[in-house]
Amino acid sequence: MTDPAPHPAAEPGTAAAPILEIENLSISFFTRLREIPAVMDFSCTVMPGEAMGLVGESGCGKSTVALAVMRDLGKNGRIVGGRIRFKGRDLTTLGDTELRDIRGKEIAMIYQEPMASLNPAMKVGRQLMEVPMIHEGIGAAEARARALEVVSDVRLPDPARILNAYPHQLSGGQQQRIVIAMALMSKPALLILDEPTTALDVTVEAAVVDLVKDLGRKYGTSMLFISHNLGLVLEVCDRICVMYSGEAVETGAVSDVFDRMRHPYTQALFRSIPLPGADKTTRPLVAIPGNFPLPHERPQGCNFGPRCDHFVAGRCDAADVPMFEVPGQDRHATRCLRFAEIDWSAPAKAARAGEKVPVGDVVLRMDDLRKYYEVSGGLFGGGARKVVKANETLSFEAREGETLAIVGESGCGKSTFAKVLMGLETATSGRILLYNQEIQDTPIEKRSPETVGSVQMVFQNPFDTLNPSMTVGRQIIRALEVFGEGRTDAEREARMLELLDLVKLPREFATRMPRQLSGGQKQRVGIARAFAGGAKIVVADEPVSALDVSVQAAVTDLLMEIQRKNRTTLLFISHDLSIVRYLSDRVMVMYLGHVVEIGSTDQVFSPPYHPYTEALLSAVPIADTHVRKKRIVLEGEIPSAMNPPPGCPFQTRCRWKHEVAGGLCEREVPPMRTLAPGHQIKCHLPAAVLAGMEPVITIAAE
Amino acid sequence: MLKFLLRRGGTMLLTALCLTFVVFFLTNLPPNLEKLAKSEASVRMSDADVASWIERNGYGRPILVRYGEWLGVVPGWTNTEADGRLRGRCVDRAPVPAEAPAYCGLLQGYWGFSTFFKAPVGDKLGYHLGLTGILMFWVMMLMVPASLLIGVLAGMREGSRTDRVLSTFSITTTATPEYVSGVVFIVFLASPAGFQLFKGSAASAMDGPTFENFFLPVLTIALYGIGYIARMTRASMTEVMTAQYIRTARLKGLSFGAIVLRHALRNALIAPFTVIMLQFPWLLNGVVIVETLFNYKGFGWTLVQAAGNNDIELLLACSVVAVFVVLVTQLISDVGYVFLNPRIRIA
Repeated sequence: MTDPAPHPAAEPGTAAAPILEIENLSISFFTRLREIPAVMDFSCTVMPGEAMGLVGESGCGKSTVALAVMRDLGKNGRIVGGRIRFKGRDLTTLGDTELRDIRGKEIAMIYQEPMASLNPAMKVGRQLMEVPMIHEGIGAAEARARALEVVSDVRLPDPARILNAYPHQLSGGQQQRIVIAMALMSKPALLILDEPTTALDVTVEAAVVDLVKDLGRKYGTSMLFISHNLGLVLEVCDRICVMYSGEAVETGAVSDVFDRMRHPYTQALFRSIPLPGADKTTRPLVAIPGNFPLPHERPQGCNFGPRCDHFVAGRCDAADVPMFEVPGQDRHATRCLRFAEIDWSAPAKAARAGEKVPVGDVVLRMDDLRKYYEVSGGLFGGGARKVVKANETLSFEAREGETLAIVGESGCGKSTFAKVLMGLETATSGRILLYNQEIQDTPIEKRSPETVGSVQMVFQNPFDTLNPSMTVGRQIIRALEVFGEGRTDAEREARMLELLDLVKLPREFATRMPRQLSGGQKQRVGIARAFAGGAKIVVADEPVSALDVSVQAAVTDLLMEIQRKNRTTLLFISHDLSIVRYLSDRVMVMYLGHVVEIGSTDQVFSPPYHPYTEALLSAVPIADTHVRKKRIVLEGEIPSAMNPPPGCPFQTRCRWKHEVAGGLCEREVPPMRTLAPGHQIKCHLPAAVLAGMEPVITIAAE
Repeated sequence: MLKFLLRRGGTMLLTALCLTFVVFFLTNLPPNLEKLAKSEASVRMSDADVASWIERNGYGRPILVRYGEWLGVVPGWTNTEADGRLRGRCVDRAPVPAEAPAYCGLLQGYWGFSTFFKAPVGDKLGYHLGLTGILMFWVMMLMVPASLLIGVLAGMREGSRTDRVLSTFSITTTATPEYVSGVVFIVFLASPAGFQLFKGSAASAMDGPTFENFFLPVLTIALYGIGYIARMTRASMTEVMTAQYIRTARLKGLSFGAIVLRHALRNALIAPFTVIMLQFPWLLNGVVIVETLFNYKGFGWTLVQAAGNNDIELLLACSVVAVFVVLVTQLISDVGYVFLNPRIRIA
C-alpha cells in the first residue's frame, strides 16, 4: 500500500482512531453529454461505536456517499477527488480483491427495500450462511449455527423455520430483519443503513429501529444512517450531517444541530415538518420557497442561496462556500458565510394565520359499511375460497369543511374504504349516504357525472397518476369534459387556467408535459384535476408521503387553503401521525378493517387511548429533542385479514389485555364505547384503567 | 397439484378437440374429396361418378358424423356393394367382415388408412415420428446448453465486448432461416465446393445416426433456436444483473463468478425456460424444411408427403401430433415454471 496514512490501522474499538474518515470527497457521474457532479467536497468522520446520521432530501447525494464508501458507484460514477479512509486504509485506491475482503466483512450495508435486496430464488438460510463462508472460510455447519444465532439476535421467532423459508414467505418487517442479520453475520466494524425503514409501517419501523440501536450497542458497530426522516435520526444517531444539493451544509452532534442549528437550510427543514405544537390555523408550517436545483443547474456560490431568507447578493453568490467551525461546540460545522450574523432564535416570519373554518352539515355518512373480498387460494385455482374482511362495521360521518384523518398501517382497510366510497368497488353490506343519497351499490360507471365530480381523489404517487403523453392542460380539460363542466371548449380552457391558479402553478404549465414537472408540481396537477368537477369530498390517499419534506409543507398548505375557500370535506388517509395531528379536525384509527378509535384530534392524541393508538403514537419518530416519548414496541406481526384473530382484532398484540378479566378480549369483539362527546373507542378495558393511562408524548420544559 | 393437472388436462382436451375439428373440416372440404376420388378411382371420372364414389366410400355423411367416426364415438360407415360384398370404415379391421367392430377411430387406436403409404396411418406415423424424435433430441442437446451459455455470457456484462460479439452472432443466426443455413452448410461443409466434412444427406442416419451424417441437420435446426433463446436469456440475464439482490451479493463481498453462478443464474433462467418450451412446436416447423432438405424421412417429411398427396387421414394424424406437442409443452412449461420460481407455489 502506498497510502501515506497518518493514522495507523487501529484495532476496532481500542483506539480513538476513527473507523471511517471521509475527506473532501467529490463524486461525479459521467453521461454522454456532461459530467454531473453528485457530491462535492464532502467530509465526515465516524468514530468507533458512533452512529452518524446523513440527512437530506432526495437527490442530495446521501446515497451516493454510501455507495462510494462501498466503492459501488456503477459504470458511470467515479470518485473525482478526496479520499475515504476506513481504519486508516484509503478505500479509493483499493483493488477488486481487497475490496471484496472488506465488503460484507468490515463494512456491511442495509438497504431500503428488503424484498428487492434478497434473492427471491434462494432460501434465506443460504443467503445468510454465504457471508461467513466466503469471508472466514468456515464450513456450512458452522455457518448455519452462526446464522441461527444471528437470526435469534434480530428477534425473529422460530429461527430454524425462517432459515428454510424463501424471502417472499416473510413479511416486510421480517425481511428487513433478515437483511440486518445478513449484514451482521461477519460482525462488521461499520454498518451503512440506507433508509432502512422507509418501506415499512410505523410500528414495524419502531421495532426495527430499536433493534438496530440495540445491536449497534451489542456488537460495538459504527453506523452510517441515511434517512430523510429527522425524527428517526434523532432516535438512532449521535451525530448528524445535513446534506443539500451534493454538499454537507451542517454537521455536528445531534443535540447541537437540532437545538442550535447554524445553517438556514437546516432551520428551514425543521420549520417545514409538523412537530407537536404546530397547528394549521395558529402556527402553520413554513414551506421552503422554490425548488431543489438540478445537479447541472446549481447556482454560483451557496447552493441554498436562491431559496434562503438570509441571502445577501454579492457575498453569498461570490464563490464556493467552505465549511466553518462553529466555536464552542463539539465538531459542529456549517457551510454558511453568515452563520455568526444571523439571529437564529428569531421566529419564522411567514406565519400568516388563517381563520378556523366552521364545520357545516353532514355531507357523508357511513353506516355499518362492510366490504368482504373472496379470494381463491393459490395460483392454479385449487384450494378453498377464503374471505378477506377488508372493512368491518365502518360507521362515521363527515361534515362540510371538515378534515377527517383516517390512520392505520398497511392492510388496515383504509384504501378499501376509499375504493368503496369512490365506487371502484361496491359494498358488501351497509350504507354510504352522500347528501342523503345511497351510493354504496352504485359502481362508478353508473354514477352521474355530478356524483363522480363531487367525490374525487388525490393519489399517493403523483409520478404514476398523470398520463405521461398528455399535456398538463389537456389532462385537466379532459377531467372537465368528463364531469360535464363548461359548455364550450373556450369555457373549459378558461376554467382550466383558473384551476392552475388555484393550485398556484404558473399558467404556462398548461402546455407542459408531466415529465417536465417536479414531484410537488405533479401533485398540484393531481389536486387541480381532483377539484375540476367542483369536488365536495376529496379523498387524499397519502398525498404527500411520496414527496420531499420541504415540498410536503407546501402541498399540505395548498390543500388546506383550497379547503378553506371551497368548504371541501377532506378525508385524509395517512400513516404519518405528525401530519395528521397538524391538519385534521377529527381522526379515525383503523386496525384490521375495524375502526378502533374515532374522535377529535385532541381526544385521540391524548389519553385515554385505544391501546393500538397508544402504540402508534409511540412509534412515530418526532424530530424534537424536547419531546419525551414512552416506548411501546408492538410484538408480533399484524394478523392477516384473511385469518383475523377471534374477539378483539388487536388482542394478539395488545399490552393491556391482562387488565380485562376472563379473557373477554379473546372471545368478543368489543362494542364501540363513547368516552366523551364525539370520542369513541372499541375496547374492553374498564373505565378505571382507561382513565389511568399516561400520555405517550410529553414535551419537556426548555 | 393433482387438481391443477386435472383441470389443465380437461382444458387441453377441449382445445385439442376444437383444433382437430378445424383441421378435419379444412382437409375434408369438397374439392379435397373430389381430388381424392379422382386419385383413388380414376382421373377421368365424370362429376356424377365422383359424387357416387364419395357417397359409396363414406365421405358423403355429414361432417360432424364423420368427425365422430374418426374420433371413434360414432359407428363407422358400412355399405353393401352391388356384388354383395360388405365394405366399410371398420370392415378391414377384422379378418371376417361380420366380426368387424362397429367403432373404429382414435379412441380405438385406429388412425385411419393412409392412401400414400397404402398402410394404416398408425403404423407408419409411429416409425417416422420416432425418427424425428431422435433428431429433436440431438437438436435440444445442442441448442439448450449452447444458447443458455451464450445468453448468460452475453448478459452478465451488458455492453461489454463479449456481449456485442455474442449478440451479433445470435442475431445473425435467428435472422437466417433454415432453408438458407441448410443450403449454405451443404455447400460449404458437405460438397466438393467446400470442405467435404459431412454428408449432405441424412438418409443413412435413419438406420444409424453418426456425427458425419447427422450433424448438419441437427445444426441447421438448432442454430435458429440458439440465436432466439440466447437473446431471451441475455435479456433476462441483464435484467437480473441490475436487480438489487445482485448488488446485495456484490456488497457481501462475493466474486463476480460466484454472483453469476449462485445468485443470477437461477433467476435468469426462469424466463428462457418458457421460451425453450415454446421452441418445441416451433421446431416442428424447422423439421419440415430440414427433413426434406436432408432427405431424412421423419415427421416433417411425412407431413410434406401427406399434404402433397392429399392423404387426408395422414394429414389429420400429423396435425393431432402437432396439437398434442404444443399442448403438452405448454403444460410442462407451466409446471416447470412453478418449480423454478419459488414465488409461485401451488397453495
